[in-house]
Amino acid sequence: MMLLLLLLVPFIGGLVCWHLQRLDPGQARSVALGTMIVVLALALALWLTGDYSQTLLPLAGDPPGHWVQQFSVPWIPRLGIRFSLGLDGLSLLLVTLTALLGVLSVGCSWREIHTNAGFFYMNLLWNVVGVMGVFLATDLFLFFLFWEVMLVPMFFLIALWGHDIPGGRPRLYAAIKFFIFTQSAGLVMLVAILALVFVHYAASGELTFSYADLLATPMSARTAFWLMLGFGLAFAVKLPLVPFHSWLPDAHSQAPTAGSVILAGILLKTAAFGLLRYLLPLFPAASAAFAPYAMALGVLGIIYGAVCAFGQNDTKRLVAYTSISHMGFIVLGVFAGTQIALQGVMMQILAHGISAAGLFILCGELQERLETRDLRKMGGLWARFTNLPQFGLFFILASLGLPGLGNFLGEFLILLGTFKAHPRLAMIGTVGLVLSAVYSLILMQRTFYGKPGTEAPIPDLDRREFAILTTLAAVMIWLGLYPRPFFAVSRAPMQALQSQYAPAATEPGEPATVREIP
Amino acid sequence: MTQLSLLALSPLLIVSLTSVVVMLAIAIQRNHALIALISMAGLALALAATAGVWLTAAAPSALTALLIIDRFGSFYMGLILIAALATCALSYSYLARYPGRREEMYLLLLLATLGGMIMAAGAHFASLFVGLELLSMPMYGMAAYLVKERRSLEAGMKYLVLSAVASAFILFGMALIYSEWGTMIFGEIGAQLAVALDDAPLVLLGVALLLIGLGFKLSLAPFHLWTPDVYQGAPAPVVAFLGTASKVAVFALLLRYVVATHAAQDSALADALSLLAILSIIAGNVLALRQLNLKRLLAYSAIAHFGYMLVALISSGPLATEAVGVYLLTYTVTTLAAFGVISLVSSPLEREAEALCDYRGLFWRRPGLAAILTLALLSLAGVPLTAGFLGKFYVLGAGVDQRQWLLLGAVVVGSAVGLLFYLRAMIQLYLSPASAADLPAGVPASAGAVPASLGAGTGVLIVLLLLMLALGVYPSPFVNLAQGAGLSPETGVPVLTENR
Repeated sequence: MMLLLLLLVPFIGGLVCWHLQRLDPGQARSVALGTMIVVLALALALWLTGDYSQTLLPLAGDPPGHWVQQFSVPWIPRLGIRFSLGLDGLSLLLVTLTALLGVLSVGCSWREIHTNAGFFYMNLLWNVVGVMGVFLATDLFLFFLFWEVMLVPMFFLIALWGHDIPGGRPRLYAAIKFFIFTQSAGLVMLVAILALVFVHYAASGELTFSYADLLATPMSARTAFWLMLGFGLAFAVKLPLVPFHSWLPDAHSQAPTAGSVILAGILLKTAAFGLLRYLLPLFPAASAAFAPYAMALGVLGIIYGAVCAFGQNDTKRLVAYTSISHMGFIVLGVFAGTQIALQGVMMQILAHGISAAGLFILCGELQERLETRDLRKMGGLWARFTNLPQFGLFFILASLGLPGLGNFLGEFLILLGTFKAHPRLAMIGTVGLVLSAVYSLILMQRTFYGKPGTEAPIPDLDRREFAILTTLAAVMIWLGLYPRPFFAVSRAPMQALQSQYAPAATEPGEPATVREIP
Repeated sequence: MTQLSLLALSPLLIVSLTSVVVMLAIAIQRNHALIALISMAGLALALAATAGVWLTAAAPSALTALLIIDRFGSFYMGLILIAALATCALSYSYLARYPGRREEMYLLLLLATLGGMIMAAGAHFASLFVGLELLSMPMYGMAAYLVKERRSLEAGMKYLVLSAVASAFILFGMALIYSEWGTMIFGEIGAQLAVALDDAPLVLLGVALLLIGLGFKLSLAPFHLWTPDVYQGAPAPVVAFLGTASKVAVFALLLRYVVATHAAQDSALADALSLLAILSIIAGNVLALRQLNLKRLLAYSAIAHFGYMLVALISSGPLATEAVGVYLLTYTVTTLAAFGVISLVSSPLEREAEALCDYRGLFWRRPGLAAILTLALLSLAGVPLTAGFLGKFYVLGAGVDQRQWLLLGAVVVGSAVGLLFYLRAMIQLYLSPASAADLPAGVPASAGAVPASLGAGTGVLIVLLLLMLALGVYPSPFVNLAQGAGLSPETGVPVLTENR
């Protein structure tokens, strides 16, 4: 029931905002903030009350587990489709991240959005509904439904409240490109889902879209490989994996701040979640066979994103390319599939969500004040602010992987977990860390250091902005210094995943290494 | 004639009777509201009778050699009647301010509906032709209804000429088949086809001609050239009928023919149909990209959608007829809603609101209409939680079931291209409203207050909106309905052996 509330509360909040559009648009932001705070409270309550030592996937040799919480009602019985939600440690972490970033993205739109505020917050909240649905669904039809539905509000956010950068492409172009890339890749996934369901039907005589039932579908290696590619394409586009990434910089540079925060902080994570929840467990052997190629693409993304980021003059485009680089680490870790790498992936998902959100919020605030995002027109801003540059330095350092902050932990664990099986790829990936230092420091240098154009002070952070950034920074430090609570929650799903995937990934005869993280 | 067969025929009889009553009523006194009311009452009664037939006709029963009354037929009859009802209400709103003679529209509409219903129940070449002509003839008049308007007249003429050519093709095709085998009953043709197609070149030619003719009526590429012009020129409510009821009727008949004659098992015919499907999907979606006119855009979109439906038809698995039923249902509801919105913002007095820029900022002026059009466009694009997704889901399901990977590829690519123009059209509704000076002349309804006569149209649109949402959110009852309307006796769940 709690799970249903996670979807219903933002949905109803969105409806209310829509009506406020006509009655009193000024109130919409308060309603949206209230709604998101309730959602965050729900997520935290789930965290505090549940016992997350269980997940559906069985550990090696154990009987199958169960969801920590679930909700299921029949929906389209004719096709074996149920409206079923389930929660385990993996989804809990992502749900909490979504709720937190949801609150902050309402906060950072507080002053930015003047026109049609009610409709804006409706889209924001409904986007959150879609993302929550993706994280909670345990029926493949329902999962696909949410996967596609979350695109529509994001499309509106970019197309209606985005920025048209002078000389760049119009925001409508970016919005449509985003939608077409993700939706058409999604259709391929739908074909793969249907094929999987029919294969399962042929084997068992039962037509079902249920995740739990489809897990152990017997199929030939060739079928599994093609189906895995169908799922993989959708995730690769959303992640985004080079060469499917070209929508991301456009979408980010045109999106409003809240849109960027949600896009980088949560939407990209749905793809990482998809890999962990669907791709590996459904097709362990096929994924393992494909792993070297996927990891190579991941490493390519790490390097390519970093190099491209270095060349950007637009702050938001720069941060967008760093996202591509950071998501490359996630692919690397997921397909390495060791316990350490998987825990690193989890940490990287959270840390990148926080650091990217922080950087995009900072970009938005700079843009509000300077009315430009062009690095060539910045420089020497440190002298003209009191508080903002410190936050800038903090998040830039976080993004380059300063030890003691979350990103470092994530990337370090991923590389460590990958090294044993794939030392070469891990080594090349490590180069990405160096490159990330290069682009991060360049970003810092070009915005805040150097000689200021004028000495005129610019209005500094107000209390609202200060609170947002402080929250993000605090979470970031927490992730870096005391990650144990997070690891504890994600341990069961990651262990189970590893025990599914490892036998397929390692050569026969070599025992699967299960190493605990304390 | 027994009582039971009288009941089975009752939908057809009621519609015929209503058209006579309407004709007499027009002769006695012209009263727009009354005529509309009589027509709608008649159609509603026929719809109720159709539901009755559905409930009683669990097993198909042949009424003469011409008509088969079964659940399949009554499902499509119901769809046609719903489309006709919606068209009636929309026409009432649309014609309220038309200074010419308004009442004949309903008479034509009733006759066309009757033709469509005959086609839905037809299993014989004679009923095919009678139904088709009864459907098409009134359509010419309806398309050209605003006779003083050049564009409407042009649309009517174009439709008349091309449709007549298509009818001639069909007639010739039927004659060739009859000349070879001496039968016009679908089932018997199927039996002959199964044994002896190869040594019957005349039959092959006949089937090809038949296909071309039906392709014209369904506006499949490459026989689609009339569609955008007619869609653009004809009055919006008429297009709503033309785009839904008339095509539902033809497609239902095609489906019955293909299933009864096992035509999809014949590889040559299946290849021909596949070619038509792929061409339609590509042509429809690609040509729509450049349209700045909403009605033309929807015309090309219709071409693509019938391409998708052909994919389900060709798949011919156990899911196929159900998939077509679901798709036609969702498509009908969606198209009616889209053209309903166009009719309500247009006026017969002036230019119709058809350019995309006429819709700029509609959401901020008339949020209700804009929301309905948004949902309709999303539904046509096949976005989940709208009706269209269910249809697309079924088509993909039917294709995957029979491993039609090439056709599925076409559907996926076509949908991706389609998104581009649906989204571009949709976003127009939300852009900042054009200032009053920018508004092109002749879009009065969009700015002014809602006249009372719009009530009927608005009511219909609300029903359609709810249907679109229901089909997307809780499709179970509709799915069961379409399942009941399946044609093959073994409508179980699909069977698929794994591809090793």
